[in-house]
Amino acid sequence: MENQKTKIKMAVYWGSACGGCCVSVLDVHEALFNVIAEADLVFWPIALDTKYEDVENMPDRHIDLTLYNGAIRNSENEHIAKLLREKSKILVAYGSCAHLGGIPGLANFSTKKELFQRVYEETESTMNPKKLHPQVAFEVEEGVLELPEFYNDVRALADVTNVDYFIPGCPPQTERLVEVFLAIVTGADLPPKGSVIGAGNKAQCDECIRKKNEHKTITKFNRPWEVVDDGETCFMEQGILCMGPTTRTGCNYRCIKGNAPCRGCYGPTPDVADPGAKMMSAIASIIDEKEPKSIDQVLEELVDPAGYFYRYSLPSSYIRRTVS
Amino acid sequence: MEYQPKIIAFLCKWCSYTGADLAGTSRMEYAPNVHAIRVMCSGRIEPTFVLRAFRQGADGVLICGCHPGDCHYQEGNYRCLRRFHLLQKYIQQMGIEPERLKLEWISASEGKQYAELVNSFTQTIKELGHCQVKETMEVLT
Repeated sequence: MENQKTKIKMAVYWGSACGGCCVSVLDVHEALFNVIAEADLVFWPIALDTKYEDVENMPDRHIDLTLYNGAIRNSENEHIAKLLREKSKILVAYGSCAHLGGIPGLANFSTKKELFQRVYEETESTMNPKKLHPQVAFEVEEGVLELPEFYNDVRALADVTNVDYFIPGCPPQTERLVEVFLAIVTGADLPPKGSVIGAGNKAQCDECIRKKNEHKTITKFNRPWEVVDDGETCFMEQGILCMGPTTRTGCNYRCIKGNAPCRGCYGPTPDVADPGAKMMSAIASIIDEKEPKSIDQVLEELVDPAGYFYRYSLPSSYIRRTVS
Repeated sequence: MEYQPKIIAFLCKWCSYTGADLAGTSRMEYAPNVHAIRVMCSGRIEPTFVLRAFRQGADGVLICGCHPGDCHYQEGNYRCLRRFHLLQKYIQQMGIEPERLKLEWISASEGKQYAELVNSFTQTIKELGHCQVKETMEVLT
């Protein structure tokens, strides 16, 4: 035991998330033993019985590396994000939700009021004649019961606190996480703060394995089930929307290899201010029509441009919620 | 004082900006609400520009390019047209009135048409009132 080296202290936390990111950490499989050999996991709600108090009692900058996954949906998410920022040397926004807002961010198409009305009054399985909604505080004989406050807007992690690095993906590829982890453990030169790490800098299309034409044109958009995919031609050329033109590499084309178009979870390529707008620009460029009427006809098949182009990035876009 | 909307106009260098210039050099009077931004081609106007204008407080965005078939770069204006149609669909989903975004073709000789366009568009935006995008994006919780 004398020669025991100092391990790094690591935490993993979920905000408004599905749990997939935490599972992607577990997906290192046996390599988890190597991770544990290098790191002490001091806080990880999905796997360890640790409490918020344990974190609160830590000195500042006690944790070396924190992976925060999930968006900021309520006051609890925000509180823990800020707490972990104080306690961590490196805070990483891990996964699409923490990076750009992700799937929970699509709730920004609705307001808090609309969501509560739907969930607590109108869903088919709900019986709530008194129209009771959850309260932040409720007094009972034993004292006051509290719930986190549900915010009107979903936000990404960087909207509430300083983030050192971003690892994109829904979920991030485990191989990328291992690379990043090893870089931190070995003390390799880390990129400047605020960088996206564990991902490439090119667009998916640049390195896509499917066959592409120089001059791409589309005259009709198809839903994937409407086309028999030949397994090798570019999805766009078959009329299937693919987020490849504006999405970062780094995922090893898992969707494309599985014969599914890219959904854009790795987020936009560097220096793109608004991911969906870039995609709209790309799509409009390849529609092969010049008359307003026929353009509208083609676009008719594009039922939900906002939802499609901003699937993972709505809270980080210019118009990050619907305007009422 | 009467409400004065802020309007951003993206004008292509070859036709529309020259047309706007003609309106000026011909001393035509038109509404002062438009802030013109010259771009090389209407095909250069990315959706990002338009959304950023709204985000920063524009009440309306006007896009002008060469007439179909007249583009200096052959088909930049068609790209612009398609982006415009897609953007219209998108901004409606986000709760922005489609009337706030307008596309018109203005040639280098159409100074008068430009002045009339600015007047009528300013009037439309005045009737719609202030665009709430900037305020909505500021409210965080």
